[in-house]
Amino acid sequence: MSAYSTANEPPKHTPLHRLNLDLGAKMVPFAGYEMPVHYRLGILKEHLHTRAKAGLFDVSHMGQAILVGPDHTTTALALEKLVPADVLNLAPGQQRYSQLLNEDGGIIDDLMLTRPASPAEVGRLMLVVNAARKEVDYNHISERLPASVRLEPLPERALVALQGPSAGQVMLELSPAAHALAFMTGATVRLGGIDCHVSRSGYTGEDGFEISVPAARVNELARLLLAQDGVEPIGLGARDSLRLEAGLCLYGHDIDEATSPVEAGLAWSIQKRRRAEGGFPGARRIGEELAHGAKRRRVGIRPDGRAPAREGTEILALLGERLGTITSGGFGPSVNGPIAMGYVPHGRALAGTPVNLMVRGKALGASVTGLPFVPHRYAR
Amino acid sequence: MAVERYTKDHEWIRVEDGIGTVGITEHAQEQLGDIVFVEVPEPGRQAKQGDAVAVVESVKAASDVFAPVSGEVVEANADIATQPALVNEDAQGKAWFFKIKISNPAELDGLMDKAAYQEFVKETS
Repeated sequence: MSAYSTANEPPKHTPLHRLNLDLGAKMVPFAGYEMPVHYRLGILKEHLHTRAKAGLFDVSHMGQAILVGPDHTTTALALEKLVPADVLNLAPGQQRYSQLLNEDGGIIDDLMLTRPASPAEVGRLMLVVNAARKEVDYNHISERLPASVRLEPLPERALVALQGPSAGQVMLELSPAAHALAFMTGATVRLGGIDCHVSRSGYTGEDGFEISVPAARVNELARLLLAQDGVEPIGLGARDSLRLEAGLCLYGHDIDEATSPVEAGLAWSIQKRRRAEGGFPGARRIGEELAHGAKRRRVGIRPDGRAPAREGTEILALLGERLGTITSGGFGPSVNGPIAMGYVPHGRALAGTPVNLMVRGKALGASVTGLPFVPHRYAR
Repeated sequence: MAVERYTKDHEWIRVEDGIGTVGITEHAQEQLGDIVFVEVPEPGRQAKQGDAVAVVESVKAASDVFAPVSGEVVEANADIATQPALVNEDAQGKAWFFKIKISNPAELDGLMDKAAYQEFVKETS
């Protein structure tokens, strides 16, 4: 029995539940939580608004935790036994995307790691994991830490994301220090008198910030952000279409315990030192895949027509041979057409390769494309 | 005079001279949200009551549109295939999906009238 089991419990609410309802959210169950799928604008307009101005997302369901150890080296090396990223050489304030791997090199979860900037927090690493994987991750990590390092979940912290081309301008009004952050760095700042940890990152392909804040102050913070010019509340529906256009993986769909980071096109997140030294779960398989290519690869798929191809749709070669499956698919509002991601064998992953998608018993033409569908606009 | 009936799948059928015009209800389009794709049946298609004959997709998900009664599809609405958003704008008017020549008018008796449908929506939402 898991120490963090949540099976059969009623859906949890984030600390912004009341505000979400007041903002006209339509709530749906997601990863054990009742979450806003959209607000008054609806998914399409919320998506386009985020790409045009700025959107505020309640992502408080995600798991926030810290690793606490005696010094950076000890904590970083403990985590490096579980993930393929170079954690040791993270500069203070630097953030990285990585994956918790199983012994076969499959992905237990994907996560964000941040080395706190403040010297007062030396020996700590901040983690953000997927809501549905909290228990699994926390158990997995806790069981594998040395005695001098411990994992502390932070259930009393909320998380919001401010995303979009106006996010920087909005942040400038509230905190020049947060506005000055480079992509994939973070710092502790005060926003409207509230102590927050802000990182310049997100899940939309746009410039933006993720803001960790004590749950007791998140309502105040959310109202402050929503009061800024051009900021609208955005639900999980648009979050999903935004990340799909940005070619970003959704855990449990595009990646899972049977998928390696190389298959998933995440080799960029395995830094040189780790490739050379190994020492992470599945290092042998991943090393071979890095050298010779993985058997299958995550690719973008663009249907020729207007019909979306949803998750689970079969991908066929033109002669009928089964190639793989769509893992995320739908309509891309900024692309203004159907888009999808899925896995195809190594030799079929080249952009431009024509394929067929079996949608409602009919073979619909499509082609393999590069990712993302919409260029990233991170603040580099 | 046209008779209007509703199904538990949130479709409407307006019957005049043995031809039923079929679409999805205002409630259905609201629940689906922004509609981005519609597929309508080919005229000439024979459908049994309950057959999935058309498709409507929102950003979120795909849904089937069923034949509320048996018959032959005699016309499809090309406008909604090229402008799916029309379904959000006028679900029970311009955004009809197809017309069906009804082969068994008795099937209409099993459908709901407007008042019963409104009650059904209230109960199920």
